Amino acid sequence: MSQNFRLNTGGLINRDKPIEFKFNGKKYIGYEGDTLASALLANGIHLIGRSFKYHRPRGFFGAGVDEPNAKMQVEINGCSEPNINATEIELVNGLSASSQNCWPSVNFDIGAINNFLNRFFPAGFYYKTFMWPKSFWYRVYEPFIRKAAGLGIASLEKDKERYEHKYEYCDLLVTGSGPAGLASAYAAAKNGAKVILAEDKPRYGGTLLTDDVTIDNLSGKDWSEKIISELKEMPNVIVKNRSQVFGYYDHNMMVMFERTGDHLEKKPKYTPRQRLWYIRAKEVLLSTGSIERPIVFGNNDTPGVFLSAAAKEYMKVYGVLIGKKPIIFTNNDSGYETAIEFKKNGVNPIVLDTREDQNSELINEAKDLDIKIKFSYAVIVAHGYKKVKSATIGKLDKDKIDFENTEQIDCDSICVSGFWTPTVHLASQSGNKLKFNDTIDAFVPDKSKQNEHSLGAANGTFTLQDTLKNSFNTGSEVSKSITKKDEKIQIPNTNERKYSAHDKFWCSPLPKGKNYKRFVDFQNDVAVSDIEVALREGYRSIEHVKRYTTLGMATDQGRTSNLNGLQLVANVEKKIVPQVGHTTFRPPFTPVTIGTIVGREIGKEYMPTRKTPMHHWHEKNNAVWVDAGAWKRPRYYKRGNENLFEASKREAKNVRDHVGVCDVTTLGKIDIKGPDAAEFLNRVYTNAWLKLPVGKARYGVMLREDGIVMDDGTTTRISENHYHMTTTTAQAANVLSHLEYYLQIVWPELNVNVVSTTEQWAGAAIAGPKSRDLLAKLFPKLDVSNEALPFMGYVEGDLFGVKARIFRISFSGELAYEINVESDFGLFMWEKIIEIGKEFNVEPYGTEALSTLRIEMGHVAGPELDGRTIPYDVSLEGLVSKKKDFIGKRSLAKEAFNKADRQKIVGLVPLDRKSSIPEGSHLVENKNAKLPNPKLGHVSSSCWSVENNNPFSLAILKDGKNMIGKKLFAVSPLKNTSIEVEVMSSHYVDHEGKRVRS
Amino acid sequence: MLNIKCPYCGDRSQKEFAYGGDGTIARPKLNQEISDEEWDNFVYLRKSPRGKHIELWHHIAGCRQWFKVERDTTTHEIFRTFKPEE
Repeated sequence: MSQNFRLNTGGLINRDKPIEFKFNGKKYIGYEGDTLASALLANGIHLIGRSFKYHRPRGFFGAGVDEPNAKMQVEINGCSEPNINATEIELVNGLSASSQNCWPSVNFDIGAINNFLNRFFPAGFYYKTFMWPKSFWYRVYEPFIRKAAGLGIASLEKDKERYEHKYEYCDLLVTGSGPAGLASAYAAAKNGAKVILAEDKPRYGGTLLTDDVTIDNLSGKDWSEKIISELKEMPNVIVKNRSQVFGYYDHNMMVMFERTGDHLEKKPKYTPRQRLWYIRAKEVLLSTGSIERPIVFGNNDTPGVFLSAAAKEYMKVYGVLIGKKPIIFTNNDSGYETAIEFKKNGVNPIVLDTREDQNSELINEAKDLDIKIKFSYAVIVAHGYKKVKSATIGKLDKDKIDFENTEQIDCDSICVSGFWTPTVHLASQSGNKLKFNDTIDAFVPDKSKQNEHSLGAANGTFTLQDTLKNSFNTGSEVSKSITKKDEKIQIPNTNERKYSAHDKFWCSPLPKGKNYKRFVDFQNDVAVSDIEVALREGYRSIEHVKRYTTLGMATDQGRTSNLNGLQLVANVEKKIVPQVGHTTFRPPFTPVTIGTIVGREIGKEYMPTRKTPMHHWHEKNNAVWVDAGAWKRPRYYKRGNENLFEASKREAKNVRDHVGVCDVTTLGKIDIKGPDAAEFLNRVYTNAWLKLPVGKARYGVMLREDGIVMDDGTTTRISENHYHMTTTTAQAANVLSHLEYYLQIVWPELNVNVVSTTEQWAGAAIAGPKSRDLLAKLFPKLDVSNEALPFMGYVEGDLFGVKARIFRISFSGELAYEINVESDFGLFMWEKIIEIGKEFNVEPYGTEALSTLRIEMGHVAGPELDGRTIPYDVSLEGLVSKKKDFIGKRSLAKEAFNKADRQKIVGLVPLDRKSSIPEGSHLVENKNAKLPNPKLGHVSSSCWSVENNNPFSLAILKDGKNMIGKKLFAVSPLKNTSIEVEVMSSHYVDHEGKRVRS
Repeated sequence: MLNIKCPYCGDRSQKEFAYGGDGTIARPKLNQEISDEEWDNFVYLRKSPRGKHIELWHHIAGCRQWFKVERDTTTHEIFRTFKPEE
């Protein structure tokens, strides 16, 4: 394929490096430095997609982030991604793109029937049509609309690319490397400030690359290259291209996304595809420039209609002609720059200027070049379906609301310039309320809410000399206040031409009897008539008009449509634009991939994995893992073909019959020290703590101030002023924060320190009738008799040279001990227990067996302490002191907590002694009662009792105290089960608690 | 994301902190006789002011100190941060 529209010379592309790519299955050639858009245009391709609603043929309109039409499905390295802006993606070998929203092809699209039925698709069509019958919504309408409205197709494959996050701090963040950005960054850098300069495009310089100006006798491009290379040399400056600052958040937190890999044919290993930057900047300078506004006319969405600055950019940067017979339709001087560029490249444009005959340096230059200019002229309508072929133009009458005469002229493209709109998105996101500037007919930033300044075109300053002056000065002043340095910089001179004022003309009137579609928002297919319908139907607020018509709601966020939309509303409502107001700008400024936002936080990197020192032993012994917060805990140790049920039964039974060992490292551990530690515990726990002797442990319950049980665990008095607290695995972090809150905020007079020691100690629980025998062998020198080490006793021992803490505490209800050693010796301890325990049939047990053991003993845990239960509910009222005050005590006196039929924990056994009761089942009196069946309680924990060899559950039941012996139904609509159960005591095994004391 | 100056550690990103609610609430003294209404006010009722608000923050991924922040709830402007005893 030849590049028929490529100029022989010029442009910033690398003509020595041709690049092959595919579009809609066909092969084309472009050059290194092209965008997908410029390469397609070089090949004369204009029809690139179909519009959202009417499926009208669409072509390129802009040359960068302003592009509303050129969204494509792009495939690189086997990854397919929808809605990629062809004007932004750089050409790489092997890139394959295809059109979206058309079927079967972009040339012949069935959906285009909508275009001919468009009178039936006015604004609000979907709202009005798909209302009845109600049942049709999910089955018929919604799937249909979803299919019809789709843009690209999201890939169902896992994203294999790598994305990264980066945090950075700086004095100044400068967003955009046009003249304003370069000048301010340079001035700040010279003052020694830490500067980050971010440029969205691959090339630095912004409009300096396309404007015909010199700065200090250098071309704009050369000047920007000089500044950039100087900045890159400075150690206090980070210069980034392909980096879009897309979000402005609180306290000058800026979020930027950098395209690090998409433009590379072969990425070096570990180079991410894209990188998200969180930048905290002391000051932000917004040099985001401006975007050209279209003028609205009939069929202005036909392929071949461009923004005039985009046409110039395609010539100057890419050496591409967007047409060989262009009309330049303008209301200001900018259009002439494009016309002159065409002329220089051997193309004869015709300029239609809506203004009356006038002179300015630029217009005179165009006249001198013999460019044909028609003043007081406008394009009425473009002709041609898939490409502009001709246009009807007309001479405007004095009031510019009608035409004196019309004619049809041949053309292959229309370049339109309706003046400039400052890119104020980031300023607005920062909280800056915008103000309307009459001179430029656009909103500009007003008073800053955060430390930000808008510079240059983004601030409505459209002349280069003023932009440079203001930007050098602002960059210098802002940095001076941070670095206290003041490096004087000579502000350069430019050869900028003087412009004449623009015309406020923004929409061609319709000649009598004509009804051309005039589009305001291309991406969402919103035409002038749609907005008129919305206003006729009574929508007044611009926010409502926006939502009803979808004006400005597409991925381009109305960059080219916002102001014309406001202008239209203002005209119809006989208001002025500032009275209409503007809609809210929200991040992201341009679409950002989900991958970038997620970064490396995927799969196992989603959060840190906590492993105990014995982790690898468990792994080697076929542990099946369960997540306990960030911890990995063995759920059971699989043997042969065992399933969870069989393995946990075996492990639990071994504890009841012999001895088992369980890794309890994950339990929260808090070291508490200080002379007031006992007093503190006494206030934190519901039971009494002042008289706990050294060398003793005690079980405690702590409440929240609202009386609800927060956590339980044992705390041991290690020495006079030193306690060791344990918490549940799940609540460890909350309990520490809770203790710190009371020590630092509520009772700062208490002299107590708390610190987490969860990770400092490895823990192993040995439980079962043989556990004392095993302990004796582990600590041969220690007296472990019931007298020397009674239930709730504590001693320190020597485990073959390793210092160990031994607690006689039990969670399983069996005779049990918990041994703690420093984490580094955790594996050593574990292996010793396994080795020495062999003769006692020691076996490791996982969390499932642990649950079984505690459930049949009636010990409460997380499922019962679910944030809704008070001590009475879980039969811990015996631990609530009547004498002293403690956190949450006052709440326990509340009426509802003391009702006679208050809920209480009970045990349940199925009448058939066989059916397992699903956790979460509801307890009801009559399983056949009319719905809603009154719920009496719920099943909180279920297990297979190894002691009694039948299912057993714990439940929280209304009036549980008086329900023992009653028969109820446990129904689970989720599992579709209904099991008749008998209510009994929650203690199913060893009611008197003899074993733990044996 | 807010930038919060911990009075002990200096400027840090919000990510390091946990919010702790209204910083002007004083817990009733232990063993104090208190009506149901007063107690409920302490446990449950909080103002949700628009504008200046003194609140507690916890430097949970830092020095683990609780401290107070005077912040505007609409603009997120932070006027000052200070130790609880100040």
